Amino acid sequence: MTAFHPINIALFAILVITALAIARIRQLFAAAMLSGLFSLACACIFVLHDAVDVAFTEAAVGAGMTTVLFLCTLALTDSREKSTPPRRSVPAALAALLTGAALIYASADLPKFAAADTPVQQHPLTERYLRDSATEIGIPNVVTSVLASYRGYDTLGETVVIFTAAIAVLMLLGRTAHAKTSDAVMSLHTRHRVLRVVTKLLVPFILVFALYVQFHGDYGPGGGFQAGVIFASGLILYGLVFGLEAARGVAPVRVLRRLVAAGVLIYGGVGVATLVAGGAFLDYDALDPGHPATGQHLGILLVELGVGITVAAAMLMLFLSFAGRRDAR
Amino acid sequence: MNVILIASDLLLGAGMLFVLTGAAGLYRLPEFFTRTHAASITDSAGAGLVLLGLLLRVEDLATGLRLLLILLFLMFTSPTASQALARSALDDGLRPLVRLGKRPR
Amino acid sequence: MIASHYSYWVSMALMMIGLYVVMSHANLVKKLIGLNVFQVAVFMLYISLGKRADGTAPILDSAFAAYSHPLPHVLILTAIVVGVATTALGLALTVRIHEAYGTTDEDDALKRDSAQGEPR
Repeated sequence: MTAFHPINIALFAILVITALAIARIRQLFAAAMLSGLFSLACACIFVLHDAVDVAFTEAAVGAGMTTVLFLCTLALTDSREKSTPPRRSVPAALAALLTGAALIYASADLPKFAAADTPVQQHPLTERYLRDSATEIGIPNVVTSVLASYRGYDTLGETVVIFTAAIAVLMLLGRTAHAKTSDAVMSLHTRHRVLRVVTKLLVPFILVFALYVQFHGDYGPGGGFQAGVIFASGLILYGLVFGLEAARGVAPVRVLRRLVAAGVLIYGGVGVATLVAGGAFLDYDALDPGHPATGQHLGILLVELGVGITVAAAMLMLFLSFAGRRDAR
Repeated sequence: MNVILIASDLLLGAGMLFVLTGAAGLYRLPEFFTRTHAASITDSAGAGLVLLGLLLRVEDLATGLRLLLILLFLMFTSPTASQALARSALDDGLRPLVRLGKRPR
Repeated sequence: MIASHYSYWVSMALMMIGLYVVMSHANLVKKLIGLNVFQVAVFMLYISLGKRADGTAPILDSAFAAYSHPLPHVLILTAIVVGVATTALGLALTVRIHEAYGTTDEDDALKRDSAQGEPR
């Protein structure tokens, strides 16, 4: 896997060609779809690098959510860009080349790819996470145990970041005046009969899969973030096919606002509960003093639930804000 | 179990052939609807055969079940996507090329 | 040297292509697409530092002894989600800029700004 393995070469080639195409194409719809392809190819590379959780998140977020947001923005603004004048492209190319040369010169100090004796692998923290987490926490997925327990405070900050982004986009784009969807758009929806039938068949399974990913994140790749994004994707699919009013009927914005805050509150609430129980903030051992591993399981479950709720509600709110902007104008 | 491995290799090879055919068609065919057909071959026949080939190589039931579910999901979504694409193009006013050399209005 | 470092170089090349798109293109949406490319390439560089040749995904199992390092995975998971939050905010600002100036081209918007004295 380390040297010139064919699948590595093929994926790297796809990535470089896609990046160059993104730089050259002036039709922005095509550039947005190519960026989705770029994220998906990178997710494949993550799988080859044994980063399965990251690949999952990158595929769901990069190839799913980000592409939807780009397409919504392009529907609201212009979809072609002007050609870049040389007074912009030449200095930029020069700067990029110089930075790249400096990076490659510095990369000589980086250790051999995938060696077992690099400073990253030899650090004592590796042993702590991989060996002791089996006894201290007892869940197989080390990434989830590090994310939710060992570095739980970082994840609280990350959840607050998503919350902030959702609130900020709501402030920028969320008008409460909802115009009725025009007849032209409604007839468009009725004409795509195959799409409507298949969507109605698939949306329940997408939502159930999201719940599976949420609660199975301890034993395999998964967790709150992936589950939240998949759940939101199911409902976004419903909204795209059946119309914005149907999506708003299922997930009204006032409910989403409360859910986004509820997720962060659950996360912080677990921290306060551990404080009250006598331990440190987010020290899940305190939740069940006799059996620390059980306390850890409970803490991780609640915390991931909070993350999942916030991420799902935030992604839905982002989509509804963008899509609703057209009706409200 | 050499027969199963050979069968799996054949299916994988056929899948790759369909993917290459789809890619060649996307590049070479003259107009939109024919290109959509080529792209849909990649999605349904190519990916489906590759998944069937992988299904013959699984070690345990859980992986096999997962591959089967992925195959099912793919069979639902790729034809739908191609149909939606072609339908939108038709609704937008694009008409298929019926006779080479003569573009209908 | 090439065989052991070329994956880093590919990530750096992708980073530089993304950086070039951000710096040179005037269209705001294109800049955000370039920023996404840059971001994903940085993630690839980071994850490749944690990979171990004889290791497997960091899910504890009695059949495996060596695992790839889980910490880069955790950090990059956070980074991906923060990245989508930033992109969403950038796109929302782009929509508002388009509504105020009528264009998503940065040069045109600045020209209109200096010509009028203040946006509509």
